[in-house]
Amino acid sequence: MARILSLAEAVAENVKDGDTVAMEGFTHLIPYAAGHEVIRQGRKDLFLVRMTPDILYDQLIGVGAARGMKFSWGGNPGVGSLHRFRDAVENQWPRPLEIEEHSHAAMANAYEAGAANLPFATLRGYIGADLPKVNPNIKSVTCPFTGEVLAVVPAIRPDVTIIHAQRADRKGNVLLEGIVGVQKEAVLAAKRSIVTVEEIVDELNPPSPNSVVLPTWAVTAVVHVPGGAFPSYAHGYYPRSNAFYIAWDEIARDRETFTAWIKENVLDAKPEDFARHAAKSAKAA
Amino acid sequence: MTDFTPTEMMTIAASRELSNDDVCFVGIGAPSAACNVARLTHAPDITLIYESGTVGTKPDVLPLSIGDGELCDTALFTVSVPEMFRYWLQGGRITTGFLGGAQIDRFANLNTTVVGPYDHPKVRLPGGGGAPEIASNCGRIFITMALSKRGFVEKLPFITSMGHGEGGNHRERLGMKTKGPTRVITDLCILDPDPETKELTVVSIHHGVTRDEIVGNCGWAIKFADTVIETPVPTETELSVLRDINARTKKAHQGTDKEAA
Repeated sequence: MARILSLAEAVAENVKDGDTVAMEGFTHLIPYAAGHEVIRQGRKDLFLVRMTPDILYDQLIGVGAARGMKFSWGGNPGVGSLHRFRDAVENQWPRPLEIEEHSHAAMANAYEAGAANLPFATLRGYIGADLPKVNPNIKSVTCPFTGEVLAVVPAIRPDVTIIHAQRADRKGNVLLEGIVGVQKEAVLAAKRSIVTVEEIVDELNPPSPNSVVLPTWAVTAVVHVPGGAFPSYAHGYYPRSNAFYIAWDEIARDRETFTAWIKENVLDAKPEDFARHAAKSAKAA
Repeated sequence: MTDFTPTEMMTIAASRELSNDDVCFVGIGAPSAACNVARLTHAPDITLIYESGTVGTKPDVLPLSIGDGELCDTALFTVSVPEMFRYWLQGGRITTGFLGGAQIDRFANLNTTVVGPYDHPKVRLPGGGGAPEIASNCGRIFITMALSKRGFVEKLPFITSMGHGEGGNHRERLGMKTKGPTRVITDLCILDPDPETKELTVVSIHHGVTRDEIVGNCGWAIKFADTVIETPVPTETELSVLRDINARTKKAHQGTDKEAA
């Protein structure tokens, strides 16, 4: 059964130095508040996993919390580069970053294999592409039925997966909807999971029977953090702050402005600070 | 209309490649603008799919990311990312992929991964995302990129997604049944792969552009087809639709306050 905890407790209990950590969210529902708590608690040597590492992973890489990253697209969507990620790969600042690079299709399949408790995932992928030459974790198998050669990649099995969702009930059942990405697979593939939510309610009341619901017995910890996905968004609660994504380009371009931003907005801040993003949007709506 | 920018010409020429019957996997940036101009002009029934899982989406403003809420709000339906890549893309349901890239070579292979050696890159680019499998699993591929020496290069440092590989029947030899890139739309001209060699060849030149400009902006000795036409200039409708959606998009993305603080 999931325990309903404070963010500090949930991270302290579930994220350890050296862990393989997936903080998922495909543009939508990115667990920023939880990621900031990981930075505040000074976690180090993490191996980060995510299909689309964006600003949150740029922050974790920039503070030196990560020893490596497995990913398929590492940019600021529609804006350009992740400057902290680039600085780590190109100049090893603040420390070298080991990378394991895949395609989206391979990562999505690898999470699904993890959730299905299989050792690897199979796809018709990487044909004619150079990634298999630089990533030894991309191999091939021959189909025993047709003889077709297919790509295989190892299943993703994080020590802990962290996601953000719209709401949970008091038992810790979790609901998410809208662009649901790969979060269900990422939670079910992991040993432990933390879900931050906009609201904790008496009844989940799924608006559609096809909403993604993760039962309390498949989740480790649930934390109430309204606004916790800002500057990404929570469908039905507040929109994506495209203005912040654009502004990040300047903040992250320079090591000093980045470090000052982290001090003011992460190290000297607290989870409750995210609530103003949700509240501001509710007032505007 | 002859009062238009090269980028506007590129987007509009790209939009004309699409029809109502297309089920189109849309890359972000220039492809997204072209696909939505097509939808708002001559192809109102086109199905646009973004890799975040939104199918049949009709955004009023162009998304900044492939997963903006606007895409989900206006979609016919939204699926998970594994379903997107497994059932819809790998399942062979998508007729057309529309891609951009940082660099392209004469056989329409694309690089969005690194400039310089992979282990010690000079520039680390975002990576492939969905492109490697979009390029192999969609029925055909359109590519739109501005023509420049930096972008159109003699040799790619890294092949992120395969176009026609080494040319000729390379795709077939690797077992692919899809057509691969069938057209590249730039801000100066339109290129098609030669039917035999698959080398990109100029087939249409935009209004006011010279052959010298094209040659001077391409990193390899670019060839011209025997018959080269002039690309029809944008119509008033095409231009006003493009400018309106760009204006709406700019306003929407700027936000209303200093949220960065």
